[in-house]
Amino acid sequence: MVSSTETVAVPGALKIVTDATCTFCGCVCDDIDLTVQDNHITEAKRACVLGKAWFLSHSIEDRPSCLIDGKPATLEAGYDRAAQILTNGKYPIVYGLSDSPCEAQRVAVSIVDWINGTIDTTTSVCHGPSGMAFQGVGEVTCSLGEVANRGDLIIFWGSNPAESHPRHFTRYSLMPKGMFLPNGRKDRTCVLIDVRKTKSAKAADQFIQIKPRADFEALWALRALAKGVELDPEAVLRDTGVELSVWQGLMDKMKAAKFGVIFFGMGLTMTRGKHANTEALLALTRDLNAFTRFAAKANRGHGNVSGADNVVSWRTGYPFGVNHSRGYPRFNPGEYTTSDTLANGEADSAMTIACDPMANFSQPAREHLAKIPFIALDAKETPTTRAAAVAFTVATYGINTGGTVYRMDDVPIPLRPAFDSPHPSDFEVLTQIEKRVKLIKGITS
Amino acid sequence: MPNMDYLKISQGTIYDPANGVDGQVRDLWIADGRIVEAPTDPTVRPSRTIDAAGLVVMPGGIDMHCHIAGPKVNVARKMRPEEKRRGEQMRRTSIAHSGSMGSVPSTFATGYKYAGLGYTTAFDAAVPPLGARHAHEEFDDTPCLDKGFYVLMGNNHFVMQSIAQNEPQKLKAFIGWLLTATRGFAPKLVNPGGVEVWKSHQAGNVSGLDSDIDHFHITPRQIIRGVAQAASELRLPHPVHIHCNNLGMPGNWHTTLDTMQALEGHGGHLTHVQFHSYGGGDGDENTFNSKVIPLADYVNSHPNITVDVGQVLFGETTSMTGDGPLGYFLSKVYGGKWFSSDTEMESGCGITPIKYKNKSLVHSLQWAIGLEWYLLVNDPWRVVMSTDHPNGGSFLAYPQIIRLLMDRTYRQDILKSCPIEILQRSTLNDMTREYTLNEIAIITRAGPARILGLKNKGHLGIGADADITIYTPHENKETMFELPRLVIKSGRVVVEQGEIRDPLIGKTLHVEPDYDHDVESSIQEWFEKYYSIQWRNYPVGLDYMHESCVIPPR
Repeated sequence: MVSSTETVAVPGALKIVTDATCTFCGCVCDDIDLTVQDNHITEAKRACVLGKAWFLSHSIEDRPSCLIDGKPATLEAGYDRAAQILTNGKYPIVYGLSDSPCEAQRVAVSIVDWINGTIDTTTSVCHGPSGMAFQGVGEVTCSLGEVANRGDLIIFWGSNPAESHPRHFTRYSLMPKGMFLPNGRKDRTCVLIDVRKTKSAKAADQFIQIKPRADFEALWALRALAKGVELDPEAVLRDTGVELSVWQGLMDKMKAAKFGVIFFGMGLTMTRGKHANTEALLALTRDLNAFTRFAAKANRGHGNVSGADNVVSWRTGYPFGVNHSRGYPRFNPGEYTTSDTLANGEADSAMTIACDPMANFSQPAREHLAKIPFIALDAKETPTTRAAAVAFTVATYGINTGGTVYRMDDVPIPLRPAFDSPHPSDFEVLTQIEKRVKLIKGITS
Repeated sequence: MPNMDYLKISQGTIYDPANGVDGQVRDLWIADGRIVEAPTDPTVRPSRTIDAAGLVVMPGGIDMHCHIAGPKVNVARKMRPEEKRRGEQMRRTSIAHSGSMGSVPSTFATGYKYAGLGYTTAFDAAVPPLGARHAHEEFDDTPCLDKGFYVLMGNNHFVMQSIAQNEPQKLKAFIGWLLTATRGFAPKLVNPGGVEVWKSHQAGNVSGLDSDIDHFHITPRQIIRGVAQAASELRLPHPVHIHCNNLGMPGNWHTTLDTMQALEGHGGHLTHVQFHSYGGGDGDENTFNSKVIPLADYVNSHPNITVDVGQVLFGETTSMTGDGPLGYFLSKVYGGKWFSSDTEMESGCGITPIKYKNKSLVHSLQWAIGLEWYLLVNDPWRVVMSTDHPNGGSFLAYPQIIRLLMDRTYRQDILKSCPIEILQRSTLNDMTREYTLNEIAIITRAGPARILGLKNKGHLGIGADADITIYTPHENKETMFELPRLVIKSGRVVVEQGEIRDPLIGKTLHVEPDYDHDVESSIQEWFEKYYSIQWRNYPVGLDYMHESCVIPPR
């Protein structure tokens, strides 16, 4: 499962890893050439500003691989304690996963199954509402290469790729000279829709600034225009903050496009309306296929959050927020999602993998997590690892360990690690914990 | 070999049509995962003996066309939470994982349920090459089965470009390369050319074998002929697996007949042929009727052609296809949620919930047309049982289909519950043929093994994989087949009376055809121009397989 480190020898202590994959964001660029010297990456060719920071600032953490109650411990002692915590609980939860390779995610889901636990990923706090909207209306979408080859109208909605996905424009959506767009950027029109003028506006031909919390109204105005429903200009201006004529102009562009694509971000999914906003956007995309070809795509954040959705789905049938307390999977976002199981005081033990709820969850959720025994796996020290009963320092995926990640368009890509870490991978840690959990629970497979 | 660890199945009534055994009582000896000669030394005792006296013994079932792994299957799982809560729940045990059912079961549930039904091998029928790695990852979590998949290439740009440039050698080498790079099993054509037109036009599709395909200016006929010829020259174990153009459309039987003719004598398998056997036209329900007779006649007189049926069963399911324009059409017919995804340079995909009702004339006709196919192909070695799971219905319906084929009275009873007009549109009511157990063994295991070129499967001769199902005979054949007494996979007892005993993972069956490697530089040049991932990150490594099993050329 782990791709071997492939190198090209260079005089001195340098080595070059070609076609390495950057897991910093959902773009998952797999064309990075890394120069490695003495367990440091000195150059990351083709990486964006975020990718460069990800690779170049990476160093092996000078801290123990395992801490129990804040004190250095052996890995063996950590595995034992972790298995005890997870099997002692009546309502154990496992959370995170979006910065782990699929191979580790699969073990995490196995552990949850053996302990009748609840599994949830960071999807529940980013594009969880998109997942729910998808279950309501479906989705018309395409791979990113299809956007590069065909997308002549590119719309970004509540998403700011210039800062969140810096190579999005050059690699996939705006600049590429595609098969049917030989002149690249000149052959495409780009529209940005957001509540504030972000850095992405510079890349767009048109910026439409809507009223905050009015995404739902704006999307329904477009749905109405697509179907030729007459709208009251005053109501549209009042509800969306934008003149009806602007929306009509956009709809004309949409219908005139040969292959339109709407990329949407958390500006849509985490503001008023949440899944109803995404549902409106996905329905609009579907409607437009009665006139031309149109696709929608969530700009996913973490490097392997799409992999987490896929792994949890193929093993349980549901993408996130899955409870196994009855011995079989049940799905209910809002009940089995981690911010809820914590804030409601239901979880009595936990394992967090490559995430930092102590830094970014609500106060009630953080307070409850602090009260229960939990295990944290992370490559770095974080507020979460500091509060954990057992903290494992793990090797960083894509830099120190191999495996598989899924790009935001669900395309699976292998990782090519640059150099070894003295710390175990999360796959190794989880495998060791699973072994012990199975012993305790009498699982013999 | 006195030290061998033997398993003996004693005194079972054996149905092994590939070896001409039709219900004879014999012993089977198993060692090292295979069927072996009985030891000559009479003092050798097996370490376990299964008393199969009075029981029926067959090779393990082989599903040669289903959708069980990979990108679109997983999207369908995600998309349909509503049918899982009310469905059967799969609890974890001390040896088996939990799972969810619905029309698209989770991976572990898929493996356990197939094995519970006596199936030990299954092939996913439509994997986009870019998603091959994903399919292999899911296979690794799908226990109790040997698995493989067919690689979508009927709308692949390199395929169409090679045909447009009249370069059959290049086409052949590309197919060899693509099957090797994806670790796939066979070339699959889905609505050849039609998906490319769908990518370029609103509601775009081709209308027949001689339609023009945008940009490449070739026809579906050229794709079918070209790939069939290349597959035959590569001596692939399973030549070309074809989902014809115009699936589901009234009057599409002309396209299906054209497709059979376009093979020009090369081997070819037409899949879910039920969906391609319709008379009538212009979307008018009143003209919709069965055209199985002329198509089955053609199959009966052309030994190069094999089919699987794609039987429709009444009930709710999920339609999933690599045929993008078909997905759009179905979503408009049923009005439910719709998923569509276009994959760069390669393929499309459509998914929508669907419900087949016995009160609907069209649905009843589809049901009857499927059964007509089983009953009108004279040679059972060339017609294979399938529901195109989950499209026509779940694989869990196979026992019901067996009963429909073996029990004419039962068939007539179901037919009576359908709209009366069906009697004028189909000849099912007049058909008296009933399948024998031996014929069932052919269409569910021996036949598909032969069609797939799997020499070690589908039979119980010396050297065969010890994939064996033992049934308790019953007058009601649905009862008999829905709960095997024992299922053995690779010589190990994996299921006893529906209970999982040994959830082994199983092998991945794939091919490594000989091809001209010089073509790789031109593939690479094309690839680097248009794909969004790196050339070196495309091929799937052997490390993605639990256990690789390369099936040799014919």
